[in-house]
Amino acid sequence: MIKRVVDFFGDRRYAKQRRWLFFLVLVLIVIADFLVFREHAEYLWDRLPGWSAVYGFGSCVLLILFSKFLGHQGGLMRREDYYD
Amino acid sequence: MTDFVHPAVLFILGALPIPFLKGSIRKAYLLLIPALAILAVFTMQPGSYGAAQFIGQELLIAKVDKLSIVFATVFTIMALIGMVYALHLTRAGEHVAAFVYVGSALGVVFAGDYLTLFLFWEGMAFASAYLVFAQRGGPAVRAGFRYLMVHITGGVALLGGVILHGLATGSLLFGPIEGGMGVAAYLILAGFMLNAAVPPLNAWLTDAYPEATVTGAVFMSAFTTKTAVYVLARTFPGTEILVWLGTVMALYGVIYAVLENDCRRLLAYHIVSQVGYMVAGVGIGTEMAVNGATSHAFAHILYKALLFMGAGAVIHVTGLRKLTELGGLYRTMPLTVALYMVGAFAISAFPFFSGFVTKSMVVAAAGQDHRALVVLALTMASSGTFLHTGLKLPYYMFFGTDRGLQAREPPRNMLVAMGMAAVLCIAIGVFPQPIYALLPYRVDFEPYTGVHVTESLGVLMFTALGFVLFLRALDPENTISLDTDWFYRKGARHFMWLAEKPLARYEQAVSDVSETAVLPFLHGTARAGLRIDLNGVDAVVSGVARSILRGGGALRKLQTGVVTHYALAMIVGVIAAIAVFAVAWQ
Repeated sequence: MIKRVVDFFGDRRYAKQRRWLFFLVLVLIVIADFLVFREHAEYLWDRLPGWSAVYGFGSCVLLILFSKFLGHQGGLMRREDYYD
Repeated sequence: MTDFVHPAVLFILGALPIPFLKGSIRKAYLLLIPALAILAVFTMQPGSYGAAQFIGQELLIAKVDKLSIVFATVFTIMALIGMVYALHLTRAGEHVAAFVYVGSALGVVFAGDYLTLFLFWEGMAFASAYLVFAQRGGPAVRAGFRYLMVHITGGVALLGGVILHGLATGSLLFGPIEGGMGVAAYLILAGFMLNAAVPPLNAWLTDAYPEATVTGAVFMSAFTTKTAVYVLARTFPGTEILVWLGTVMALYGVIYAVLENDCRRLLAYHIVSQVGYMVAGVGIGTEMAVNGATSHAFAHILYKALLFMGAGAVIHVTGLRKLTELGGLYRTMPLTVALYMVGAFAISAFPFFSGFVTKSMVVAAAGQDHRALVVLALTMASSGTFLHTGLKLPYYMFFGTDRGLQAREPPRNMLVAMGMAAVLCIAIGVFPQPIYALLPYRVDFEPYTGVHVTESLGVLMFTALGFVLFLRALDPENTISLDTDWFYRKGARHFMWLAEKPLARYEQAVSDVSETAVLPFLHGTARAGLRIDLNGVDAVVSGVARSILRGGGALRKLQTGVVTHYALAMIVGVIAAIAVFAVAWQ
């Protein structure tokens, strides 16, 4: 059972099914975020349905770009023998 | 002492027979001690045990309350899991070191005074350093020495702070630092922050953990930083600076994890990130925040150990540790993949996994305390956590390019240990109540609300979307990243250059001057001195010697050789001394 599940995520054969499943999950999450009951909204973003999706995506992209910028332009990434 | 058996004693004394046991008896023994320790923790009653006096200071070997019990519970459970994972090792040394390490961590957790705390604190540093040295080979030994050096420095800062604190307050009892932040408080804080790996004091962790043995790193991931969180929660709750340091830490680890190529170093940067949540929670200091930090430490120990065990299994089987060399292992190691992913979902705080019910408590506490910026930063760090431990690392380690590596599942004991941790990660996520009941304060927090579930899933799954779209940008590169260890790895070399080149040249110049100018002058004065000595001083000395000889002759006449005379002289002397004393000291 476990092997089949792991294979589903690894094997090239299931690539198309994986993609559709992924998009379906994304859409469902956004829809659910619009439907869910919000009793307590302390901050502005608590009242915005779909905010978490935007923020999650934005954070991810920002982290990748900022880190890679620091690594390449900021000189943090060095050859492996740097300390030798 | 019937209602309290110190678990540290169980581990530290229990380590002694290990080298003398062989085969399956040793294996049974290695599991028996942690099991007994779990029992000891479950049955102990809150209270103070082992009060003593030492050089006029009050000592308290063990102080048991709710906070120490939570940490002791997870420490002993983790010791059992770690021992199962390490059961296949034949060398006794690592087992002994692990026992002493766990015992010392428990000693810190129960320490009722700063001296006891300090002793166990140093014990932890030395025992854990052995787990790095045991890997053998140049890089590990060098990393081990750096690790030891940094921790000893931190220990000295802590000891200095403790002594100043003791002098100022007159008590070494361990508790909240009150009455403002002085030098003593800052020194203690620095010592604690070093072990919590708060930047810029973080580099020892990411430097040493990936160099440790496969099994040693699992232990290390659990104890040092979490004892630091414990002592911070004890002494510095509500310290504003910790909120900001913790928040920075959470992002710092995530940013470095993007750049990392070594699988266990990537995970180590996520320890920094996750401990950031706990440090921030301690800094906020409200009941909910301290509860959040404590429960997150509990969950973190289990899922982080699981992740380290997963990565360790890959290293054990393939001998490779760089993401650029790994890939395609899912075919041969499906169980390892599945168990690792449980840990990854737990650290990413997916619903029904442990991180969901603990990490969110810290974030919610920050929200309740009206710290919008902290909430946003910590949420961003959660996105980064899933990006690396949940997506990047498994993708490049288990899936990605198939490099045709020869692999198989790791030994059964490793899988069992991972299974134990995985079960706990899910159990805590599904039934958080037992953990909540252990926490130091009453819990008024419900993780499973509709908004919380959809928001978490939104952040996480759209992070996955970002990962899919930017996959090429994330390809691991054959590099290492500069961190603050640069200062003692390269900076120390610059210092040595300074010592060798300019200082040596200066020294040469000084000796040149002394040879050309100073030496002849000294020779001249020496000759003059000799003349004065022969003509003037000798005459004086001979004169003095002759008069002493005469005085000696006179004294000799006083010496009768009769004991009673001497005794009489002594009695007279004593009476005279008493008389002087009585007069002078009235």
